[in-house]
Amino acid sequence: MKLVIAVIKPFKLEDVRDALTALGVQGLTVTEVKGYGRQKGHTEFYRGAEYAVHFLPKMKIEIVIPDDREDQVIEAITASAKTGQIGDGKIFVTEVTRALRIRTGEADNNAL
Amino acid sequence: MKNKVLLPIGVVFFIAAARPAFADAGTINAADTAWMIAATGLVLMMTIPGLALFYAGLVRKKNILATMAQSLGSVAIVSLLWAGAGYSLAFSGGNAWLGSLDRILLAGIGMDSTNELAKNIPEALFMLYQMTFAVITVALIAGSVADRMKFSAFLLFGAGWLFLVYVPVAHWVWGGGFLGAMGMLDFAGGTVVHLNAGVAGLVAAYLLGPRRGYGTENLAPHDLSLAVIGTGLLWVGWFGFNGGSALSASPRAVMAIASTHFAACAGACVWMALEWWSRGKPSVLGMISGAVAGLGTITPASGYILPWHGAVIGVLAGLVCFWACTVLKERCRYDDSLDVFGIHGLGGALGTMLAGVFATAAISVTADTPNGLPGALEGNWDQLRVQAIGIAVTAVWCGVVSWILLKLIDAMVGLRVGLDEERMGLDVTLHGEAIQ
Repeated sequence: MKLVIAVIKPFKLEDVRDALTALGVQGLTVTEVKGYGRQKGHTEFYRGAEYAVHFLPKMKIEIVIPDDREDQVIEAITASAKTGQIGDGKIFVTEVTRALRIRTGEADNNAL
Repeated sequence: MKNKVLLPIGVVFFIAAARPAFADAGTINAADTAWMIAATGLVLMMTIPGLALFYAGLVRKKNILATMAQSLGSVAIVSLLWAGAGYSLAFSGGNAWLGSLDRILLAGIGMDSTNELAKNIPEALFMLYQMTFAVITVALIAGSVADRMKFSAFLLFGAGWLFLVYVPVAHWVWGGGFLGAMGMLDFAGGTVVHLNAGVAGLVAAYLLGPRRGYGTENLAPHDLSLAVIGTGLLWVGWFGFNGGSALSASPRAVMAIASTHFAACAGACVWMALEWWSRGKPSVLGMISGAVAGLGTITPASGYILPWHGAVIGVLAGLVCFWACTVLKERCRYDDSLDVFGIHGLGGALGTMLAGVFATAAISVTADTPNGLPGALEGNWDQLRVQAIGIAVTAVWCGVVSWILLKLIDAMVGLRVGLDEERMGLDVTLHGEAIQ
């Protein structure tokens, strides 16, 4: 199994969710995060005090998928999250050694 | 040991209870009383929750509750001390320097009592109204030392400063003291409230030192929407602050309110324009700061001038206070965190001078002043000298006494929280609470 972590622009969340649902991916976890890559932040000005804000709001999506769906899912996320502007985000993939559905006790691929 | 404390307290109560009430029901006017009750509510609202929200919105999340605690604490402590002795020492006769002890613990204030200075309203009401002014002046000072002052030190400072600075100055300007006798014009507190708070704040900011990370870290406001709501409450409340200083439900109160409102609007517009021109974007913080600058600056002039003068004064307030909060603060490198000196201190001083410029005799015709009180534009250039003296006396007295008082409190309990506490935030470390 693979854990796919995608950091995307917040307004793209619904598009990515729709694309994953269309593929049959049944669940995902979303966290609001801040970060930056090559995209520069912005400056804020408060009555004489100027602050450089480096961290930008992003959405982090985490999904665990069977090995054979890896390429499809990455393809789907990339297509739906892309705007072509700097700051579109990144996708990371790691191995998952075990998975369990809490309610029923189903394991590994049956839990996804 | 107990007798040393209880016996004197018992004696004071006995004396207070024994004083006869002074009856003067014939002069109390119901309309004036009704307005002044409303004005008292409006001015109290300016502190809670007006100032509490205004300040809290400007600090970081970890200090929101502690900032509000300073306003709440000011209300509770200053109100009781005012009733106990502050009112008497400020407003009950006395000499050129201080009032008498006649009204200690509100002794002698009965249903029919009135104060010489406001025979048309019950004395208890006059006392309450003036109390709300003392309360907000102390609460204002907290802005300069945001995010780093011990709560105990702030409360001690508030109590001491009330008696050592606010009460004498209020007496000198309004309570029959030497500044009022000299003909100084201060309708609702340009010196007594704003200059006082600003100078005390500046001294405190200097003695406490800047916030950790000032100039390097991001100290951005956590929730400016709170500050905007606070500004609204302050703005509307100011109708009671300046309008109520007419002490009557009269055309004069209306004129004061009109010039007050236009000053706020002009201040907001000017600050907005300055930011739009200099930075390309008008900020909401700028708009509310301009409005408050206008309101603070118009305060001493409001009941002496024409409404359109208010707009002019508001423009000048926007210009001067904008300069103070951006250029002056940067140049002098002091961390007056919420710009109490830049807005209230300098605004109050500016407004007091401008009161001397724009004062219009027709507005201030009363039984005591049948020819009204003209300012420089109507030929009375000497008024500017009197205004300047009032500003200088207030600033110097406040600055010196505040400094001494703060040094004393530093020796007693320490003024500033420790580095770890400042980093963790005052809500958790001083009050054991947090905004979730």
